[in-house]
Amino acid sequence: MSGTFVGMPSFPKAAHEAVGDATLRANLRHATHTIRDKRARAVAELDDWAALREAGKRIKDDTLRHLGTYLVRLEEAVTRAGGTVHWAADAAEANRIVTDLVKATGETEVVKVKSMATQEIGLNEHLEAEGIAAYETDLAELIVQLGEDRPSHILVPAIHRNRGEIRDIFREKMGSWGRPAPEGLSDTPAELAEAARLHLREKFLRAKVGISGANFMVAETGTLVVVESEGNGRMCLTLPETLISVVGIEKVVPTWRDLEVFLQTLPRSSTAERMNPYTSMWTGTTDDDGPRTFHLVLLDNGRTDALADEVGRQALRCIRCSACLNVCPVYERAGGHAYGSVYPGPIGAILTPQLRGTTSDIDASLPYASSLCGACYDVCPVAIDIPEVLVHLRERVAGEGGKGHRLEKAAMKAAGWVLDHPSALAAGERLASATRKLHPKRLPGPGARQWSDHRDLPELPAEPFRDWWKKNRT
Amino acid sequence: MRVALFVTCVNDAVFPATGVATVRLLERLGVEVDFPAAQTCCGQPQFNTGYREETRPLVRRTVRAFEGYEHVVVPSGSCAAMVRRHYPSFGAEAASLGPRVYELTEFLVDVLGVTDVGAYFPYKVTYHPSCHGLRLLGLGERPRRLLEAVKGLELVELPGAEECCGFGGTFAVKNPDVSAAMGADKITNALSTGAGVLCGADNSCLLHLGGMLRRREDPLRALHLAEILASTEEEPWQ
Ligand code: SF4
Repeated sequence: MSGTFVGMPSFPKAAHEAVGDATLRANLRHATHTIRDKRARAVAELDDWAALREAGKRIKDDTLRHLGTYLVRLEEAVTRAGGTVHWAADAAEANRIVTDLVKATGETEVVKVKSMATQEIGLNEHLEAEGIAAYETDLAELIVQLGEDRPSHILVPAIHRNRGEIRDIFREKMGSWGRPAPEGLSDTPAELAEAARLHLREKFLRAKVGISGANFMVAETGTLVVVESEGNGRMCLTLPETLISVVGIEKVVPTWRDLEVFLQTLPRSSTAERMNPYTSMWTGTTDDDGPRTFHLVLLDNGRTDALADEVGRQALRCIRCSACLNVCPVYERAGGHAYGSVYPGPIGAILTPQLRGTTSDIDASLPYASSLCGACYDVCPVAIDIPEVLVHLRERVAGEGGKGHRLEKAAMKAAGWVLDHPSALAAGERLASATRKLHPKRLPGPGARQWSDHRDLPELPAEPFRDWWKKNRT
Repeated sequence: MRVALFVTCVNDAVFPATGVATVRLLERLGVEVDFPAAQTCCGQPQFNTGYREETRPLVRRTVRAFEGYEHVVVPSGSCAAMVRRHYPSFGAEAASLGPRVYELTEFLVDVLGVTDVGAYFPYKVTYHPSCHGLRLLGLGERPRRLLEAVKGLELVELPGAEECCGFGGTFAVKNPDVSAAMGADKITNALSTGAGVLCGADNSCLLHLGGMLRRREDPLRALHLAEILASTEEEPWQ
């Protein structure tokens, strides 16, 4: 995945910073609570929500089961419609394909519609290294790019920024990327949006190459779909002469009709809208309308590995609505950057370790970045049982026996032995109760010490329950 | 009716008062209570931390300990959820316990068919529905209905009630900062209600929240639902 995040500390360390940042926490709290309340209302409007959720889950599962078949069907349809399909096994291959395609046009600038897949492979950085400037055109993505920042949310990449911060970024940075911010720019949403509009318009009208992702790919017709709110994506998709779409292989759906389900569940789950303002669909190329050349880069990058995992593969159902982020109490406090991946929050905690493996500190810590409260599962429009996958991945990490896990395993084993011997347990409890006056309120040792940095240990009772029972009821 | 009490390891060692209250409450309602001494821990901490193999003997032990009981009552939503939702993945014998396990409020409302248990508790109380009881078991309004029927008790709504308190078993140890931030917000919300008692149906959450409260010395105390329901005019909670 993206080189941007190499060397990230483990989640608890990264989260430590965020938890201490009052502005960040206030920004996140405000944004996530607003959207989660709206989502709940938008979902409650549909009395067949449960059926839609089940249908979405089923369509995705069936597709994943026969993924090879549908991808080949998609390739045939795209080719028939005048497009060219490329297969990329990993990030490096995808980046190379896209760079070669852009270079073949002779251009050194491209406009981009917000895309998780291209972020995942670090395409912008790669293009830059090859002398090609990639301009993000989604408003929030633009803010992140100008601020030389990282996205911290799937849908609202600049969720961690407030209006004042955005105004400052526009004022300071827009000029060096193109049209500068208007004089005396304030932090009202209308003025900020207008500044972005003017800045971007210049780019749309100049660009010869557009790069996008896609929310869905329809196998039967070879149609790609992007849903968005701003309309900037539609300009990227229609104005340039060459369009290159980089899409994860799991985004395919068999038929046009399947969209009926997702075009209802996605907007309500993500932006709490009944329908998203712009739905753009494109099929190959058409004379005198839209791009003359269309390339589809199908990206694997760890997806077939995830597919091979019976429990973990459900993560590939994800339609990137971000509802799970918005309800996650851990995301709300830790912020998106702490996840060290373009996929933050609950979905990031299960998808990233599957796509990248669990060898790095950050990836091995992600399955533990959850209290297993289950709020994410409740809201997921394709019913991904995120807690189940988290526990499953914990098994994998613990089994690999990395840092700290050997000690933990020994402790679990020892505790397991005591717990499997009630008389030993009773003796231990009795001893603990008898010596309770001697117990410290705080625990020694790493981890345990941090625990008791924030809490007092309870005073142990004079006798455990089993002794009370023996005395009073037998 | 005769039931087995599954007291849970946390209650046995740290919160025996919850076990005692559960026994008194059930006996007051005419239920005969057994305490199978072979029980220890349901294995949830091991399971949730990713140690499935270390969980297996505890699953076996728990299932055997409650063999032959039609009703097993447990004053903990998360332990009940462990048995009902996760035991089936350990095989058919393990799966057989799930349908016979009842979280305390489920047992009272669904099996005994009571909401007014004749309790008396003259304090202002706010209720925190623990995540596993709320989402995995679907306890719904049962705990609130039981509390509302308690004489003298004033139930006040907890803002953000359905948000996780940040305990999450080993999560509190592995991610102490985030866990504490979640707990602090929960306590701020609880204090804003002006209640004197923060009630829950799961002592693991209360261990976490109560620990934070003791550190802060706020005029709010964490208390298990069973102790409130066990309290009567003749034998008030103290
Ligand atoms: S996991 Fe579910 S809730 Fe989260 S982003 Fe994906 S589809 Fe949405």
